[in-house]
Amino acid sequence: MEALLACLIGLMFAAALYLILSGSLVKFVFGFTLIGNAVNLLIFTAGRLHHVQPSLIPPDRTGLTHAVSNALPQALILTAIVIGFAMVTFVLVLLLRTYAHTGTLDVDEASFLNEAGEDEPEPAGQDQTVRRGPS
Amino acid sequence: MRILPALPILLPMAAALALSLMMGHQRRSHGIALAGAVLHLAVATLLLATVLKHEVVVLWVGDWLAPFGICLVADYLSAVMVLITAIIHTAVMAYARYDIDPVQVHTGFYPFMQMLTAAVCGAFLTGDLFNLYVWFEVMLIASFGLLVMGRNPGRLTGGVKYVTINLIATLFFITAIGLIYGLTGTLNMADLHAKAAGVENTALLTATAMLLMVAFGIKAALFPLFFWLPASYHTLPVSVSAFFAGMLSKVGVYALIRMFTLVFTSNIGVTHATLLVVAALTMLFGVVGAASQMEMRRILSFHIISQVGYMVLGLALFTPLALTGAIVYLIHHIVVKANLFLVSGLVRHTGGSFSLKTIGGLYKTNGLLAVGFIIPAFALAGFPPLSGFWAKLLIIKACLESQQYSLAVLSAAVGLLTVFSMIKIWSEAFWKPTPAEVNGSPIRRPLSPWMLGPVLSLSLVTVLLGLCMEPVIQFSMVAAGQLMDPQVYIRAVLGGQP
Repeated sequence: MEALLACLIGLMFAAALYLILSGSLVKFVFGFTLIGNAVNLLIFTAGRLHHVQPSLIPPDRTGLTHAVSNALPQALILTAIVIGFAMVTFVLVLLLRTYAHTGTLDVDEASFLNEAGEDEPEPAGQDQTVRRGPS
Repeated sequence: MRILPALPILLPMAAALALSLMMGHQRRSHGIALAGAVLHLAVATLLLATVLKHEVVVLWVGDWLAPFGICLVADYLSAVMVLITAIIHTAVMAYARYDIDPVQVHTGFYPFMQMLTAAVCGAFLTGDLFNLYVWFEVMLIASFGLLVMGRNPGRLTGGVKYVTINLIATLFFITAIGLIYGLTGTLNMADLHAKAAGVENTALLTATAMLLMVAFGIKAALFPLFFWLPASYHTLPVSVSAFFAGMLSKVGVYALIRMFTLVFTSNIGVTHATLLVVAALTMLFGVVGAASQMEMRRILSFHIISQVGYMVLGLALFTPLALTGAIVYLIHHIVVKANLFLVSGLVRHTGGSFSLKTIGGLYKTNGLLAVGFIIPAFALAGFPPLSGFWAKLLIIKACLESQQYSLAVLSAAVGLLTVFSMIKIWSEAFWKPTPAEVNGSPIRRPLSPWMLGPVLSLSLVTVLLGLCMEPVIQFSMVAAGQLMDPQVYIRAVLGGQP
């Protein structure tokens, strides 16, 4: 079971990294969601998948009458899910407003490469075309 | 006062709640925020005084004993970082009165700033790795809010870069947390110290340490992960950029120092040797990047990067003297850098622009501002007797003691190049005659004491730090001793009764 999950997590990481590095910010959001879930699975697996190690009762005490699974990773994942959800929502709104302003979400476009401050003169037009490359 | 270590977090949170009920009422919001900041400063001072008496102060939240529950730990390093956060917070809050426009107040500047302060203090005080992750996330969300508030569309593209790279950093962080939990079964930092040393799979542990190094390296803007910083800081409102410049990358440095002294010390040959190379390249690239810039805040942003290199160099050398140097550097740098960003706002206010090409003659028109700039600028460059000189001296001495002669030369050279940048700002903005086009429409707005006051106060702190360096160095030596030999910290966290 662990091996299966490990392979799945690896696959999810690979797919998510591909999406994140693709240069389009919409794909970035999907990659970010996917990698977030991969990490959650990773924490889940790291907490061991069998019923032997309760995290709260020391070995020499009796507390729980039967073996239960480790609750701590589940609590961690719950927190991470909520945080991840908030982050994805924020990023989507940010990208929406950025798209309204720049008209593109391709990070190789000039509007993302230009780092001039608000009262710096815009770099000359030729500079931007050079940076944009062959397109 | 068992709850004392939680107060620097709870107070700004309460202020944030109160401020979000103000519905953007400008004067009232400013009053509450400033009162909250002063109270925060008082609590932070009290915390430092308590830590000086008891060495390490621990709060087990909900009386769950470590390593099961979350604990807040204030040792020397944490306490002094919280105090500096409070100082910068107070200065920025006073400055914000005329810097922040009504639209920004209405979109939540004050509540966001309070939450950011709470999160920064939480990150400094927590003794639990997962809790640190949560504080990083709170910090991120608050800084995202500050990054995109108002109606300035130019801020969006810088914001996208900041947001995406920081999200990646948190993913690395949480992945490392999962792996550490799988390896050791604990996330309490004090507990991790012994358990990480006993891990059999050292290769995986080192790989995890590297994951964390990348995560914190992005936050701290280390080479080659620093590109987001100069791309976004100069688009922010001045008071926000001052707080970001002073505190945010330093939270990354603090996390690096904490993790690579308390937990990951078993494989120094890989981790700290990597940090050494990274620190050297960070110093070099930061200062060279600054040389080609003509926008004041972009020059300063690149200098954040090169200065972070010094601190990480102190950590990477991993001797008591080097760590002392790193801590002195942290203390000195936060005050100076936040102050320089505030000064850039005043330069813009009187000169009309951040761009050095279009301004000039400020020395003639505004002498106090010139004083307010030259003190932090020279401290940053490392002129004696200001605080930066002592910080650089300690780092260079530590390099020599560890026989890293090339790094000592590099540190001195980077200091020289910093002088070059500061003199560039000085001669362009303050000394050269005002360019003709500005003369046509003279902008001679007087500076409000609300804006000049924080700048001059922080300059005074810098001068005092430089003149009374002895106790600061003594204090930092004790703090470094606590980091090099964490037994006191561990005993306080694991051994004590609530």
